[in-house]
Amino acid sequence: MPDAPQSLRLTTPLPLDSGGELAAPTIAYETYGELNADRSNAILICHALTGDQYVASTHPITGKPGWWARMVGPGKPIDTDRFHVICANVIGSCLGSTGPASVAPDGQPYALRFPVITVRDMVRALVGLLDGLGIERLYCAIGGSMGGMQALSLAANWPERAARFLLIATTARHSAQNIAFHEVGRQAIMADPRWNGGDYYAGEAPDAGLAVARMAAHITYLSEDGLTEKFGRRLQDRPDGTQGAKSFGFDADFQIESYLRYQGNGFTKRFDANSYLYITRAMDYFDLADEHGGRLTDAFAGTTARFCVVSFDSDWLYPTSESRHMVQALNAAGAPVSFVELSAPFGHDSFLLDVPALDRVVKGFLE
Amino acid sequence: MTGIEKLRPDLAVIARHVAPGSRVLDVGCGDGALMAALRSQDCDVRGIEIDGALVEQCVARGLSVVQGDADRDLAFYPDGGFDVAILSQTLQTAARPDRMLAELLRVGRRAFVSFPNFAYWRTRLALLTQGRMPVTRALPVSWYETTNIHHMTIKDFEVLAGDLGVKLRRRWYFTGDRRRGNGSANWRAENALYEIERN
Repeated sequence: MPDAPQSLRLTTPLPLDSGGELAAPTIAYETYGELNADRSNAILICHALTGDQYVASTHPITGKPGWWARMVGPGKPIDTDRFHVICANVIGSCLGSTGPASVAPDGQPYALRFPVITVRDMVRALVGLLDGLGIERLYCAIGGSMGGMQALSLAANWPERAARFLLIATTARHSAQNIAFHEVGRQAIMADPRWNGGDYYAGEAPDAGLAVARMAAHITYLSEDGLTEKFGRRLQDRPDGTQGAKSFGFDADFQIESYLRYQGNGFTKRFDANSYLYITRAMDYFDLADEHGGRLTDAFAGTTARFCVVSFDSDWLYPTSESRHMVQALNAAGAPVSFVELSAPFGHDSFLLDVPALDRVVKGFLE
Repeated sequence: MTGIEKLRPDLAVIARHVAPGSRVLDVGCGDGALMAALRSQDCDVRGIEIDGALVEQCVARGLSVVQGDADRDLAFYPDGGFDVAILSQTLQTAARPDRMLAELLRVGRRAFVSFPNFAYWRTRLALLTQGRMPVTRALPVSWYETTNIHHMTIKDFEVLAGDLGVKLRRRWYFTGDRRRGNGSANWRAENALYEIERN
C-alpha cells in the first residue's frame, strides 16, 4: 500500500525556459516499494497529459485503481518488491503539484498568471524532487506518451540521473497534427463562456469546454479498428426503452457518441481546464532536437545509459515512425538502444491496456 | 565461454574469433544467442532483427536490439561505429546483397558473413534430377515462400567480394553440423562463413 499523500516543496525558485521562474513550487508524489540502503533501486515513472501520481494506488477523486496498476506492484513487471517506484504530479497539473489552480503568493489562484511551462521545466522540477529525496541516479526513468517526453528530456538534459530510459508510445517532437488536435481542445475550453479568461475559480468551471477538449483528444488515443470493433454503428437504447432506434434529433444516438460524452463529463470531475491549456501547450512546444541545435543525435551525445523504445502498430498519435526517428538518433549517438514495435489493437492507449508483450519487454528491460 | 558449444556451428566459429571487448553489430540477430555469447566475452553488442517476436525475446534477455530492416536501417548507423559487423544466414535475403556487404564494411571495420551455398552437390543434384527449385536440409522452404530471394554460391560470393574490392581474411565451411575442409568447397560445403575486411 502507498503511504499517505506526499509532497515536497522546493526550497529554491524553479527557473523556467520562458525566462521566468516559479517561487518554491510544491511537487506532489507517491512512492511504492522500499528504497534500498544504497539508494540504487529507484524508478521514476513520468505520467501522461491527464495522468497523475496515482500510478498504482486509488485515485482520490474517482476512486478508480491507479492508471498503471496492471504494470506496477508486487510481482508486476515493474516489481515494487524489488524497486522503489516514484511517480510525481507534473507542475502545471492539478493533483497537488503547483499549477494554475494553485494559490499564488497574493492569496488568489494563479489562473493565467501561471507562467507557461515546457516539458523541460516539468523535468527540472522532477530533478528537484529527486534531489530532495536524495536519489542521485535512478535505476530507470519510464514514461509513456508525455511521460516519455519527460524521460527523453531527462536523458538529454540530466543524462547522469538515470542508468536506463524506457520510452513508450512517445515522440521527440510534436507534429503539426499533434498541435492541431491540441489547439481544437484549447479553443473548446476558451470558447466556453465560463472560462472567463481563465478566471473561474470563484465560480463555475468551464466543464462543457473541457469535456469537448477531452472528447476530441480521446479519439486520438484510440484506433479506428478499435472503435469499429467496440462501437461500430451501433445505436443506444432510447430512454423510453426502445432499442436500436434513431431519435431524429441530436441526442447521443450512436454508442460512440454516448461513450465520448461519458468520457468528457467524467474528465471534468478530476481535471482543471487551465491545467489542460498549460500542459497541452508544453507538449506542443516539445521538440528535443530544437533544444539541442537542430540535431536530435546531439541531444544524446555522450550518454552512457541504456535505452528501450516501444511503439504500437495501431498508434497514429505518436506513430512508429517517430520512435524510429528517436532510435536512429540514439544509434547515431552510439547509445545502447533497443526498439520494438508491438502489435496491439488499442491505438495510442495500448500502453495503458492489456498488452502482454509490453509486460514482457518492460520486465526484460528492467532485469 | 558461456553457451558457445550450444550455438549453431557458424555462430560458434564467429564467437571464437571475435576478440573480447570488441564493439559488435549483429545484423539479423534472431533470438540473440550469438549476442549473449559475445556479451559474456565482454563485447559491447548491438543487434538488428526484423521479427518483433524475436526482438522481444532479445530485450527480455537484456540485449540491445532494434527492430528493423537491415536493407533500410543499416544506413542510420555511423561509419566505423563497430569493430565487427555480423551477418549470419541473412545475405541471401537482402534486396541488394552487394550494397549490404558495402554497408557492413562501412559500419564495421571487419565483418563475418555466413550463407547457404546453392552450389552444394545435393542442391545441384536435386535441381538436376527433379528440375525443380531444391528443398533441402539447409534450404527447407519452397521457392514461393522462402525469404531467400538471392541464392548464391561460394564462387558467386568470392567473385562479388573481388568486384567490391573486399578482402577475404578467413573462411570456414560446414556440412550439416560439422566443419569441413576447404577442398572443393563449392561442391561439398552446405554453408560458408567468411571473415572479410575493407581493402
